[in-house]
Amino acid sequence: MAKQNIELIVNGDRYTVAVDPWRTLAEVLREELNLTGTKVGCNQGDCGACTVIMDGRSVSSCLTLAVEAHQRQITTIEGLAPSRTQLHPIQEAFVEAQAVQCGFCTSGMIMSAKNLLDHNPHPTEEEIRAGLSGNLCRCTGYVKIVEAIDLAAKKLDPAGAKEA
Amino acid sequence: MKTNPKLIGQSVPRLDAPQKVTGQAIYTDDIKLPGMLYCKMLTSPLPHARIKRIDVSKARALPGVKDVIIGEDTPKVKYGNWRLVPESQDELPLAVDKVRFVGDEVAAVAALDPEIAEKAISLIEVEYEELPALYTVEDSIADGAPLIHEESKGNVSLVRKINYGDVDGSFASAHYVREDTFRVHAVQHAYMEPCASIAAPDEGGRVTLWTSTQTPYIVQCLLASTLGIPENHVRVMKVAVGGGFGGKMELRPWEFCCAFMALRTGRPVKFLWSRKEDLSFGRRRHGMTLYSKIAFAKDGKLIAKDFQVLLDGGAYNAMGPTATFLCGTFGNMAYRLPAYRYFGRHVYTNKPPASAMRGFGAPQAYFAMESQFSMAAEEMGFDPIDLRIINAMEEGDVIPEVATVSTCGFKESLEKVRELSGWDEKRKNRQPGHGLGISAYSFISGGVFNWFNTKYNFSAAEVRVYDDGTAHLFSMACDIGQGPDTVLRQILAADLGLSIDKVRLTAMDTAQTPKADLGSWGSRVTLMNGNAILEATKKIKEMLIPVLFAEFDLNQIQDLAFEDDHIFVKSNPKKRMSFAQAVYKALRGRRGEPLVAQGYYTPRNKGLVSPAFSFGAQVAEVTVDQDTGLVKVDKIYTAHDCGVPINKKAVEGQLEGAIQMGLGYTLSEQFVMKDGRTLNSTFLDYKVPTALDMPPSESVEVETYEPEGPFGAKEAGEGLAIPTAAAIGHAVYEATGYRCKDLPITPEKVLRGLGKLK
Ligand code: FES
Ligand code: FES
Repeated sequence: MAKQNIELIVNGDRYTVAVDPWRTLAEVLREELNLTGTKVGCNQGDCGACTVIMDGRSVSSCLTLAVEAHQRQITTIEGLAPSRTQLHPIQEAFVEAQAVQCGFCTSGMIMSAKNLLDHNPHPTEEEIRAGLSGNLCRCTGYVKIVEAIDLAAKKLDPAGAKEA
Repeated sequence: MKTNPKLIGQSVPRLDAPQKVTGQAIYTDDIKLPGMLYCKMLTSPLPHARIKRIDVSKARALPGVKDVIIGEDTPKVKYGNWRLVPESQDELPLAVDKVRFVGDEVAAVAALDPEIAEKAISLIEVEYEELPALYTVEDSIADGAPLIHEESKGNVSLVRKINYGDVDGSFASAHYVREDTFRVHAVQHAYMEPCASIAAPDEGGRVTLWTSTQTPYIVQCLLASTLGIPENHVRVMKVAVGGGFGGKMELRPWEFCCAFMALRTGRPVKFLWSRKEDLSFGRRRHGMTLYSKIAFAKDGKLIAKDFQVLLDGGAYNAMGPTATFLCGTFGNMAYRLPAYRYFGRHVYTNKPPASAMRGFGAPQAYFAMESQFSMAAEEMGFDPIDLRIINAMEEGDVIPEVATVSTCGFKESLEKVRELSGWDEKRKNRQPGHGLGISAYSFISGGVFNWFNTKYNFSAAEVRVYDDGTAHLFSMACDIGQGPDTVLRQILAADLGLSIDKVRLTAMDTAQTPKADLGSWGSRVTLMNGNAILEATKKIKEMLIPVLFAEFDLNQIQDLAFEDDHIFVKSNPKKRMSFAQAVYKALRGRRGEPLVAQGYYTPRNKGLVSPAFSFGAQVAEVTVDQDTGLVKVDKIYTAHDCGVPINKKAVEGQLEGAIQMGLGYTLSEQFVMKDGRTLNSTFLDYKVPTALDMPPSESVEVETYEPEGPFGAKEAGEGLAIPTAAAIGHAVYEATGYRCKDLPITPEKVLRGLGKLK
């Protein structure tokens, strides 16, 4: 099968790449675009390390074909903050709450957190846990990750947090 | 208790976190080098077979293939972590003559891209003569069983015996004796980063390796010996490592193959293991059969123990010898035990090799001991916590043939967990289907026994200080997620009174960092590397102190303090100088010779096992659904003594992660094996607990000041992974009357135990 030309809009940047139709989005992000912040922990759709946001929804980039992402808006961990020298409030919260150990699940966790908070700015603990249930972490027992997301919700909308 | 600098105990945010939350931290598979080739490996489809013929000609002819190697092409040097006992080194990077498990590596290919490499692998023809295979330790040690390694008679590769006191006499005169056999299963580390490595050829036949490892120095040495090149022709370099838990502490075949083919082709070679392969063939925690007989006197004092363990080692030794030794050691830790006999055997089977995994023989040994303590308490009419307190070790106790315990917060941990969990109250008002269980542990802070036979110190540090007020730490210590990159800088900054952001780090580079460090295992890094740093900072202080004495014309008896980036006279803080200024003056005084100091640590006069011991106790509260047999852990309570925590949140993080691993070990994780094949090779089927599975938990620290540890610290990494299984097991018994002696506790076993399932 011949390669296909696709256009990817990643973190606001447009890229044209020729890809084999069976290539996953995770592979193309990492290998073609050198956006290695997206991690591959299983390549089977079971660990969530490869989570990115596509058109406002989180997807496992190891289960998404690159051709499916043609002309869609994609946000990866590298594009979460306004610039590479700044941290997004969720990232800040992960640092402050010590929610990071080995860090291999972290990109995926943060992207899932972003997806959760975009759709539910003031989640309960149960909702946070449910929002993370597709992301495995082997280091932290999730405790500080849940705390970080709670902290991030407050950072992103201090007023709303007060009401809740 | 000594007063520590104020930085000690502070939850300094991890210094590597900003890189990790932005996706900028570089893990091995993130690295790409010009001209890089991709390596794939061919593994054995059979559990036990003789290799009759290998034909690589078709693979070699495939366009894009740059190298193909089999065992016969390599120097065929056996390796293994136990260099002290060369006969124990039983592995070859690529099989020669025989394969011993499904997954044993047979050949490797380097090609222009991973697809070509994969294709080439499928073109390699191997003719096998299948041999009878062994899957259980009982079958392996049976008379007339086929031999997996010719040299190991009876398929036993290592025996460890301990024997002291009058064991048989004590059993004969005891008030209460019980014997049980426990079976525990294999589980996997399930680190989130799959194994990966990249080797690049360097000038003069040297090679540089980036690899997901927790033991860079061990990899350097063993890679050099298997390649047949000088040790220092191999450089192992820093990368971020996505977890290890004991699963990445040996030289692995792909590290050899990448390096070997990089040297042959003159091009960098990269390897990445898939999760499916990692779950199918990867290292795992030893399954064991543990027979234990214990005896108590009427007053509840433990008087004797006979402990016999068969470790299911799989096809190679890996870290099994250490597990065999330590299992015996853990059999008489935590409690006073006047008479003890241990007989441990490491047994080969035709399964993926077991190795180190968080706790190194302890989760298994304590599952047996702690389950028996709870059973004995019930039958003898003691409260289970009381029976433990009666027998608990205390400061100054001697573990025969092991060590003296210099700090011990064990009784306090037991008392505190009783209080924290509401033990007395809840046991009085027991609800049906509901139970509370207790378990305890003691663990080592690094090992003394030099199985790797290193000629260097166990840990080393180099500290350089500059007149811009900064310091630079060079250390081979290896951050696999547990946090030494932060904690070691914290120790350095605390001792020199610098702010943490003034301390830079070069870590885990075998060409630049002082020799040596044995790696991240055995909960050794904080204590051993911390001590090495403190020896180096002491030397730095000795270089700076004369500057202040000269400047302020100080009296001999005056003491100096290092704080807030300054050095000052304790009795007269106005006599002060910035750290930067002091370094500047010292530099002038030394006519330009930089201020550099090295420090080392090897435990001395500390017995054969460990320089310091942690202690703790855990209570699990569970609800068991009597119809489905489903166990729900409602809450976990922990009290533990890890000495002085250097970074409180980092210690909490260890505990929280340990509970997750303990929970998986007890309830959900297991391998389904058929004829030596692992059938569950995805995270869908191998069930690591998710955020929804985790029970809430509460903990308290019992602080002691360990004299052998830096600023009073001892281990906090692995001990906490020990108690959960027996605590849940006991709680399930209290809730249902079913006593689990074979992990994991599945709903089927609970129902069968209750007679609801045949
Ligand atoms: S890597 Fe995509 S879900 Fe695991
Ligand atoms: S921090 Fe290591 S897997 Fe989550």
